[in-house]
Amino acid sequence: MNDTLRLLGNGQTVALADLTPLPHDHFLETISNHTAHGWRVSSYCGVPDGEATVLYCLLASPMDGLLGVMRTVCSGNSFPSLAAHCPQLQLFEREIAEQCGIVFEGHPWFKPVRFVRSCCPGRDAWGRPADQPLQVGVMDYYRVEGEEVHEVAVGPVHAGVIEPGHFRFQCYGEQVFHLEISLGYQHRGIEQLLRGGPFPRTLRQVEALAGDTSIGHGQAYCMVLEALSRTRPPAAAEALRGIALELERLANHTGDMGAIAGDVGYLPTASFCGRIRGDFLNMSALLCGSRFGRGLLTPGGVLFDLDQRLRDDLYQRLEIGRRELTSAIELLWGTPSVMSRLEGTGPVAPDAARELGLVGPAARACGLKRDVRSDYPFGIYRMAQVPIVTAFHGDVCSRTLVRWQEAQKSLDFCQEQVSHLPSGRYVAEMKPLQGGQLAVALTEGWRGEICHLAMTDEQGRFGYYKVTDPSFHNWSGLALALRGEQISDFPLCNKSFNLSYCGFDL
Amino acid sequence: MLRALKERLTIQGYRTMSYPDGPVTLPERFRGYPQVADSLGPEQAAACAAVCPWQALAADAGQLTLDMGRCLFCADCPASTGVSFATNDHCLATSSREELLVRAGEPHHYARPLAPDLKKLFGRSLKFREVSAGGCNACEADSNVLTTIGWDLGRFGIQFVASPRHADGIWVTGPVSENMREALLKTWEAIPAPRIVIACGSCAISGGPFAGSPQVSTGLDSLLPVDLYIPGCPPHPATILEGVLRLQGRIK
Repeated sequence: MNDTLRLLGNGQTVALADLTPLPHDHFLETISNHTAHGWRVSSYCGVPDGEATVLYCLLASPMDGLLGVMRTVCSGNSFPSLAAHCPQLQLFEREIAEQCGIVFEGHPWFKPVRFVRSCCPGRDAWGRPADQPLQVGVMDYYRVEGEEVHEVAVGPVHAGVIEPGHFRFQCYGEQVFHLEISLGYQHRGIEQLLRGGPFPRTLRQVEALAGDTSIGHGQAYCMVLEALSRTRPPAAAEALRGIALELERLANHTGDMGAIAGDVGYLPTASFCGRIRGDFLNMSALLCGSRFGRGLLTPGGVLFDLDQRLRDDLYQRLEIGRRELTSAIELLWGTPSVMSRLEGTGPVAPDAARELGLVGPAARACGLKRDVRSDYPFGIYRMAQVPIVTAFHGDVCSRTLVRWQEAQKSLDFCQEQVSHLPSGRYVAEMKPLQGGQLAVALTEGWRGEICHLAMTDEQGRFGYYKVTDPSFHNWSGLALALRGEQISDFPLCNKSFNLSYCGFDL
Repeated sequence: MLRALKERLTIQGYRTMSYPDGPVTLPERFRGYPQVADSLGPEQAAACAAVCPWQALAADAGQLTLDMGRCLFCADCPASTGVSFATNDHCLATSSREELLVRAGEPHHYARPLAPDLKKLFGRSLKFREVSAGGCNACEADSNVLTTIGWDLGRFGIQFVASPRHADGIWVTGPVSENMREALLKTWEAIPAPRIVIACGSCAISGGPFAGSPQVSTGLDSLLPVDLYIPGCPPHPATILEGVLRLQGRIK
């Protein structure tokens, strides 16, 4: 089955010259067959090459920690769509269409993703005139017609302090028949900025891909550079990166659980968690001075060590954090009015989650055992395992429960690592990047799988750099969770996913 | 109910910090108000200016100038011979773009209170409509954290409100992405005049890490008149609060 895929591990490279372009039907069959056998599409992208477009697909095996990559050349302006049979591809195909101006024939939901021009001048998958500005959010929305059916439009600017996005609800009374989510407002053009790099600016831009996931994205970027230069970060660096990644998870999970409590009107946990989240952010600041971990990572290792005094301090703070978070969260499970609002709200069926290719806590809440830390171990997780937590009902309650249990595992992991932090160097000298390579790095951010895919030119510069944030996989999960629910439950469902707008919009 | 009260009385406790009356706890490795060396020769100053990837440094006849609006307070600042952030001084906000420029031997500029007529109009409270325009959710998060019980922004009469119609001003984070420009300007127009404009974070001030991308603006003040500049990537909550409290005249 794998004679067409070039297999590689997480944080490894393949020579581009070894990736023989496949015939179209062979390429498409491989995607169909593999996804039917439990493989996932981690990334699917188009790289313009003169008049043609080279399509790359990165597939992730459900076992053995294997990844497989292949490519094909699309020389015209159209390519067959697989989205109708393989829904996890639908957004990837639309992204390629938007970026490269290729029409995906037979796509059931063929709409723009971020409302930006393609990088091939004169080519537009929707035939929009080049002399008129693109209007973000203006597209054909799915519409339910009928008596007493109404439409609710929300955003881009929302009521809270959150990022912008547009939501269209088709409602029958309170009941939501369908939710369509249209994004693109946060697009900053980061992938374009990365091309030709790495530059001295690149790491800080990557850290701000999704600013609440600076470590998750930053580490994936560092892994790409380390793979391309055959550099191995020292053990102490890997441990500190792991601690930082788990602190990021702790802070965000804590904030999310508090926000979920707030949205069901349970203020004690909302208040407590809002503050405790800050304590976890301050632990990241203890490592590197920034509450968001900015400046901790550097290609080859980390910029800061942790002396014994700071290790003891961090251990103590984790212990206090554990006690206070436990006190705040246990209140939820013991409060019937909270539980009745969480249970059964916004469910996603496991089969739907599998078809959509959900990742992270949203997938694990549906019983899918997916976690880069154990499936494709990287860095410290090759040595120290974090138990994977799953739940079964796929509802808001499951997503909350998964977060709480993951937070506990992260606390265990951090304390274990702080107690046994290796001594010695914490940054290795970087060697030059190899040219003509394709590198893949996956990390498990707090929202799920982060995928960075880089290709170098002959000089070892980035010819192409593709980032897939977990939110790219998961926004359609939120849309599905709302089906048949009350529109008043949208904020609660939204919080239980808490997806990134800028990570999606890049 | 009783259990929630018990947790509050035992483990959780009263947690609102005394700031601004008392000190604020900052991390040891915090990178604060920059200090710029004054004894650099013209060549050394020029070398420092040349290595900053954000063009936050400029050299003029041996005099180094740091623009806090562009500076990202990098942990591995390549111009460390000329610049140090080891000050633990969180007071960075200013009232004008020009005052974000830091030079050796010049006084530290602080944000100034609102003009007396505005202060009279707004009274003891300030309501803001926050708009993220290409923000990465870090400035948003550390603005939002001010509303938690630790900082308790409400005790100063300051609040984030849901509608621009209820607001006294707009609080902008992010580099103003092309796709958010119209929504941002419409939100601003919906706020009744006179209205305050806050640029929170280096993105909003100058484009931050994305400066130069054709998809973002060169800074909020190219679109709107900015009353308060809060530098940092992202700014620490204490930096943000200090700026706003000075605007209110609560810190002098």
